[in-house]
Amino acid sequence: MTVRRVMGIETEYGISVPGDPAANPMILSGQVVNAYASAQGIRAAHASWDYADEAPLRDARGFEMGRGVADPSQLTDEEDPTLANVVLTNGARLYVDHAHPEYSSPEVTSPRAAVAFDRAGEAIMAESVRRLSQVPPGVNLYKNNTDGKGQSYGTHENYLMRRETPFTDIVRHLVPFFVARQVITGSGRVGIGQDSRTAGYQLSQRSDFFEVEVGLETTLKRPIINTRDEPHAVADLYRRLHVIIGDANHCDVANLLKLGTTSLVLAMIEDRAIDVDLTVARPVATLQAVSHDPTCTALVELRDGTKLTAVQLLWRYHGLAERYLRARYAGELDDDTAEVMRWWATILDRLERDPREASRELDWVAKQQVLQGYIDRDGLDWSDPRLRAIDIQWSDVRPDKGIFHKLRAAGRFEQLVTEEAVLEAVHEPPADTRAYFRGKCLAKYPDQIAAASWDSVIFDIPGQTSLQRVPMLEPLRGTKATVGPLLDRSPDAATLLRELASASG
Amino acid sequence: MPSQEQSRPQRRDDAPDEAPEPTPAAPEASARKENLDSDIDSVLDEIDGVLESNAEEFVRGFVQKGGQ
Repeated sequence: MTVRRVMGIETEYGISVPGDPAANPMILSGQVVNAYASAQGIRAAHASWDYADEAPLRDARGFEMGRGVADPSQLTDEEDPTLANVVLTNGARLYVDHAHPEYSSPEVTSPRAAVAFDRAGEAIMAESVRRLSQVPPGVNLYKNNTDGKGQSYGTHENYLMRRETPFTDIVRHLVPFFVARQVITGSGRVGIGQDSRTAGYQLSQRSDFFEVEVGLETTLKRPIINTRDEPHAVADLYRRLHVIIGDANHCDVANLLKLGTTSLVLAMIEDRAIDVDLTVARPVATLQAVSHDPTCTALVELRDGTKLTAVQLLWRYHGLAERYLRARYAGELDDDTAEVMRWWATILDRLERDPREASRELDWVAKQQVLQGYIDRDGLDWSDPRLRAIDIQWSDVRPDKGIFHKLRAAGRFEQLVTEEAVLEAVHEPPADTRAYFRGKCLAKYPDQIAAASWDSVIFDIPGQTSLQRVPMLEPLRGTKATVGPLLDRSPDAATLLRELASASG
Repeated sequence: MPSQEQSRPQRRDDAPDEAPEPTPAAPEASARKENLDSDIDSVLDEIDGVLESNAEEFVRGFVQKGGQ
């Protein structure tokens, strides 16, 4: 295993109506989903979500939380007919999650593809905002993770792993990595503390909202390692590691490294290639201390007494990864892995020398540079509301109002994925996972699909009394190579199902 | 190697046979930084043109319900 594995990114977007802070975010989020879906000819009733295999209360540590003791926000498997929830032709899910519109990318197999499909989600949100703006005041969306007043909403990564990997190994080796990786993946935030009560700048939007090391919850007592055990795949073979600690990234390099380095660390955990104990003494407090230090010089204390910076801790993981890849692949790396290793070393070098050198690659560095420019030019201090306004508007999804997008259009960021690739990812599913089957069925037979989910498509064939559910518990089946010709020669879903049955029969 | 762990990490310890990854030469890096510093004013001017007019009201109005 290299950086390549089945993975994806889910992003909840901040939502507001200009001039109306009291607007109902659930209704607004539904409007966002419906505005996009209806423009694509998707009717919610014809492509809703199949909840049959969802199990949000199943815990990776080997038990299941009782529904009666769960917070209502954890019951994500109960259908609420008032909330929009659709599957898109690119294989993604677009829906209302609590009080936010959320885009969950389709399953992909490389960090680079994950970046493309995450950006496709932002393009979809921007398109929805554009449509809603035709009726003023419209709805604005923000790819960020906090309102700076005590609320946070997530950007989650998902990684398919081998079920046999002991969860304790995952916790042991990932916690130090997550404490440190925010120096690369942080998207930058004005304000310290959940409600920004202390003026200042920090690396991560999310770190102040984490309170425990390990746990099942995602909306309260947020844990560094989330234990939700809902693989959406053959449960005996796979677990899905649900990572809730990440920030929403705009920068391609930061996003690529977030997915790529994490995937590599997981590969080493699966192959038992990490033979050192990097356990951090006080992980939650240290997570926040690292985030609160834009000089990247704060020291992380390990349980064995070692003190090192977050960048140095990441170098330790990088060194382990080099050794692991050399032992397994003897230097013959696939392009995706080579790209991640190259950027990983380059960025750590720059962060060690002077973080400002990474302003083309890292969100938090770029944002800090702009904010510092305002401070210097206008004599502001960190409590000035203009800086908080810039922080929010940085992540506005509109090309002409979002500060990140303005700067990207001016060529100020390193781009790894072209605009053309993003536009293609808006409509076309990835070719090499089951998302291909899901997305293509939605594109080709929209009126003959009753519902879909990560691991199923349910067909409603005209003239047949019962619905037919096609299970897809193997994420690497249903690819273009295996079902592409079949889809091409099936003019309707009835033919497709007949041929599928005869092929498997 | 506990004695080494107090110092700067030996990041190449694990990769003695491998040529170091190419990294940008220092002169290029510092030129790049100066370049960024010198054109920050034009960046700020461009941002000024799109900023929401009343920062205080805009910040106050950005209220979210919690999420995951």
